[in-house]
Amino acid sequence: MGKKNKTELWIALVAIALVYIVVIILEQTMSPGNILFTVLKKGAIYSLVAVSMNLLNGFTGLFSLGQAGFMLIGAYTYAILTMPVAVKLSDQVYKYYDCIIHFDTGILVGLICAGIAAAVFAALIGLPVLRLKSDYLAIATLGFAEIIRAIFQWNTLGPVTNGANVMREYKDLTSVVIPIINVRIPPTLFVFIVAGLCIAFIVLLINSSYGRAFKAIRDDEIAAEAMGINLFRHKQMSFVISSFFAGISGALLAMFQYTVVASQFKSAMTYEILLIVVIGGIGSISGSCIASFLYIALSEWWLRGLDMGKFLGIDAPGIFRSGFRRFIFSIIIMVIVLFFSRGLMGDKELSFRWLAKKLRRKRSGEAAAKGGGPNA
Amino acid sequence: MSEIILSIKDLKVNYGGIEAVKGISFDVPKGDIVTLIGANGAGKSSTLRTIAGLVRPKGGAIEFQGENIIGKDAASIVKKGVTLVPEGRRIFPDLTVNENLRIGAYLRNDDISADLDWVYELFPRLKERSWQAGGTLSGGEQQMLAVGRALMSRPKLMMMDEPSLGLAPLIVRDIFSIIKEINKRGVTILLIEQNANMALSTAHMGYVLETGRITLSGPGKELLANEAVKAAYLGT
Repeated sequence: MGKKNKTELWIALVAIALVYIVVIILEQTMSPGNILFTVLKKGAIYSLVAVSMNLLNGFTGLFSLGQAGFMLIGAYTYAILTMPVAVKLSDQVYKYYDCIIHFDTGILVGLICAGIAAAVFAALIGLPVLRLKSDYLAIATLGFAEIIRAIFQWNTLGPVTNGANVMREYKDLTSVVIPIINVRIPPTLFVFIVAGLCIAFIVLLINSSYGRAFKAIRDDEIAAEAMGINLFRHKQMSFVISSFFAGISGALLAMFQYTVVASQFKSAMTYEILLIVVIGGIGSISGSCIASFLYIALSEWWLRGLDMGKFLGIDAPGIFRSGFRRFIFSIIIMVIVLFFSRGLMGDKELSFRWLAKKLRRKRSGEAAAKGGGPNA
Repeated sequence: MSEIILSIKDLKVNYGGIEAVKGISFDVPKGDIVTLIGANGAGKSSTLRTIAGLVRPKGGAIEFQGENIIGKDAASIVKKGVTLVPEGRRIFPDLTVNENLRIGAYLRNDDISADLDWVYELFPRLKERSWQAGGTLSGGEQQMLAVGRALMSRPKLMMMDEPSLGLAPLIVRDIFSIIKEINKRGVTILLIEQNANMALSTAHMGYVLETGRITLSGPGKELLANEAVKAAYLGT
């Protein structure tokens, strides 16, 4: 890595730090009920799951549609683990079943177990499914995701999963406290920290030699195998890691929503994430993040005005109320896909090269003015 | 006679239900350039793909340095020092030239900078384009990249599947002179070609493969003068 890349890396790190500082300031100054925080939290959660899907679809070339299933496993694992024992034993949540899990864990343990549970399921499913290619893999993973949902709604498992009933009263985003020093972490900041750490891990993975092997498999399986890359092992690794983070994002979603129910993790949810990945650009991490914030902001915030009969300050006729929002939304997506056929970012990353260049020029200019050469 | 690095005995390979290789036997002496020539469908590519561990044979034996490597997976065969430059180059189009070369050294844990320097020295064009995506290279440059990538695994035996395919005559000559140079560095080469003239004049030893069987063998220069070979492959 040359000096050029180092400057870029520093600028990127500063930019990321700025984002976190802005989040902290916003949470200190604005009322927590502001819609902005809903968008930020959900946007960060969707960023994580979109990036995890991109690792699989964009970087390893495995067209998998199981994301909602793994999110469900994560969400339920988290809810079951962190729900206080007293709640489990009462009939507050488990109305029709006697909960058989007589312990509870902290948030961090819950999150990690959510990821691990999803990863273990992925490893099991991967054994048969990853031998399939392209469309067949998509169909098989979609099928498994639906099976997972059916299993979690199954009556017989009621004492664990509460059947098809709603899970609630587990530890949500308002109860994140750092132990010992007893400091409460604001909800949006917490989501940003967890999602940020996970995405950072995926970025490091993609830039490691494993990531290179994933991309080689995506580009040409036969050549990759001829170079000595074990196809199945690497596909399995990518699948398990992707599912681990899908599980964590499912747990975050459960925390964000206060309640969670298996029926919300339908294949429509996977398509939503796939849409974000495609709009952001298949093979672009920053594209996935930008697209998920835009997607959530559009669907949860900017277009909501239409439901009230007002959009951008203009009164809309009554027929546009309730439901018309989805129509506008679809048109916007179609326009994006028409004009950015490879997504907003293509397979490029958000780059600070222009800024790095500018900085370097300025610095060498200053050095020259002082009478010395550039020595940075 | 010199040491035999690769020995094929009665190799049979089925490919898509057809018996593509019907029991061939040949030896590759260490440090030589050996070529298999033959028409389309003679079973040349199937033979190489089987040695590389990409295809499982139906029968026979493949011994590399005295060890049977049949049934081993591609990764462990690469680790032993056998590498394949696949037909049609098959470079990774979205990876940069540098990344392509690094993938070639994927199974190595030691320092690869000396080999990287050597590849860039052999192919200065690749060095100029090291940050360019592989897919943006010309056909000849892609072939150079495919050869460079294979060299990065530090092979003892390099197998090349039709390196001249679809390249201009001038570039084919370049590629063959580089093959000789690589061979001088001690890498044994097993070469498959339809360009029989070029292959036989480069190789120490040649075998003629016809519909899954070896019909002729001998030193490259001798085969080049053989009337039957001339009639069938050299068009004279």
